Amino acid sequence: MSSVSGGNRRVPFVPLVLGLLVASVLSAVVSLAFGSERIPVADVVAAVGDRIQGDAPGKWDVIVWDLRLPRALLALVVGAGLAVAGAGMQTLVRNPLADPFLLGISSGASVGATAAITTGALAGFGIYAVSTGALVGAIGSALLVWLVATAQGGLTPIRLVLSGVVLSSGLSAIASFLVFMSDDPRAANSVMFWMLGSVGGASWEKLWLPAALSLVLGLAMLAMHRWLDALAAGPETAAALGVNVAALRTALFVGLAVLVGLLVAVSGGIGFVGLIVPHAARLLVGATHRVVLPVAALGGGLFLLWVDVLARMVARPQEIPLGVVTGVVGAPLFLLLLGRGRYRFGGEG
Amino acid sequence: MSGQGPVLRLRGVGARLGERDVLRDIDLDIPVGTSLGIVGVNGVGKSTLLRILAGVLRPSAGHCYLTDSSGVLRETSRISSRERSRRLAYVPQEEVASTELLVGEMVALGRVPRTRPWARGGTQERAIVRAALDAVGLADRIDDPCDRLSGGERRRAVMARGLAQECPVMLLDEPTNHLDVAWQLRLLHTVADRAETLVATIHDLDLALRSFDRLAVLGRPQGSDPDTGPATVVAHGPPAEVLDDISVDLHFGVGSVQVTHPHLAQPHLLIHPRKDHSA
Repeated sequence: MSSVSGGNRRVPFVPLVLGLLVASVLSAVVSLAFGSERIPVADVVAAVGDRIQGDAPGKWDVIVWDLRLPRALLALVVGAGLAVAGAGMQTLVRNPLADPFLLGISSGASVGATAAITTGALAGFGIYAVSTGALVGAIGSALLVWLVATAQGGLTPIRLVLSGVVLSSGLSAIASFLVFMSDDPRAANSVMFWMLGSVGGASWEKLWLPAALSLVLGLAMLAMHRWLDALAAGPETAAALGVNVAALRTALFVGLAVLVGLLVAVSGGIGFVGLIVPHAARLLVGATHRVVLPVAALGGGLFLLWVDVLARMVARPQEIPLGVVTGVVGAPLFLLLLGRGRYRFGGEG
Repeated sequence: MSGQGPVLRLRGVGARLGERDVLRDIDLDIPVGTSLGIVGVNGVGKSTLLRILAGVLRPSAGHCYLTDSSGVLRETSRISSRERSRRLAYVPQEEVASTELLVGEMVALGRVPRTRPWARGGTQERAIVRAALDAVGLADRIDDPCDRLSGGERRRAVMARGLAQECPVMLLDEPTNHLDVAWQLRLLHTVADRAETLVATIHDLDLALRSFDRLAVLGRPQGSDPDTGPATVVAHGPPAEVLDDISVDLHFGVGSVQVTHPHLAQPHLLIHPRKDHSA
């Protein structure tokens, strides 16, 4: 009761979004300078400018335009997609500990990817073998969670959480088993690297599908922001407010499963972004979805972009997996934000 | 719309929760413009009955009707949830306000039935929210986080959300819980002034005696298991008749006597243990 303004400072929404937008564009350009080959920022700008104006490509063209720019953009897309998916998942299951991988999606994907790596079963897909395996595994596990939850009475939060958690453990065990049984001594290493995530394999062809899907689903969720607010307040309340709870849950589940499945397929299981970025957004602008979703998307993209820069700079010429960096950087960053005010999501402070 | 016709109607309604029959054979007409209090002992199924009336729980037997916007009685399950939420505002009993919403944002959820899901709340919405909060005495808390409110204040804020729905029918589950005495007396009148028809569950019999046009007692009829058997409406009518000493003894297990307030022309219910009654 005493300190009314204590944890109640909110950042104005519009300036924050504009700031994040500008920062994302600037960061995307500046990030092109970093990598195993340091390129002066002026040359980066020139190389991008050449392409946009249709001039003859300079000496950095391949590295900047074909390798690093799609990679930077993929980092933005994956970060934004995971953050939005995390916010959606936390609303769907009404649990602050939920992350995009809750529905067993990353474990299912890792089974698929591991199978592709260790058995070479999908070798026909060439460089897309692992991604294809992951996508199949992700969709399969989401389907399984769906069937289990529906058979037991519906997509209620507790059923989704429990069946997702249990299925995740089971699938992780299968993935470990596949690695253990493999003859290839490097398999364990590549599986682990894959599971911790990377946007290193980015290309323009790989970029457009996750970008389009993230944008469409992000906008769709934004277009339902009031219904999501009502759902977050509780199913009974949402129903009393005229929201078709079952239909909304189904739509959210399907949308999130497809989005997360695709993101995992292109970038592996990058943890932490989808868990902490939505919370960080709520801390900054409050808990209504109208403001949380845009801020989480932009913040998640910006965050993962710089995580990727760090990942390729820290141990040059080695790249460290993104999941390692998101954890190491994200945890203290989030604790810092948390200390800013009394945060309430999920119950009493 | 006829002034006297029912706005809500139950016919042969039963409810099952899990393996247990909670309610059975409930017939009830709630006329337009009345206020109805639902009383009964703990666990008898008052909230379940209210949830059926609100359309958030399907009865396992029988039919529940609600007049639609053109005044025609239709089965509640046939009315779209959106239209239903413009006809009746239902305020559940205990609500965990688990998000970091501000009081104003939480109350603005009451506008969900009347706005597009992508709409931004404008100044008009803000005015409605403020008026609703003003009615429950919380206008100055509009920009406070919900969890800064005390239990009673939170209860009133949730009522404000129901008021912001601007529905002709309001269904309130234990609206007076957690409220201090002044607000217990005030809240029901505040709501009754703003809603055409009011249905509320309430456990304070003395308050119930004075606050409603009619009362319905939910109880377990003779012959049914007195602890777990299905309940039904065992008495229904004007409060003074429904809460006479025999009925209160039978359905609530206490002695009682209705007296007139010595200075005010209003009835009060004095309640005492059974043995004093027989003495």
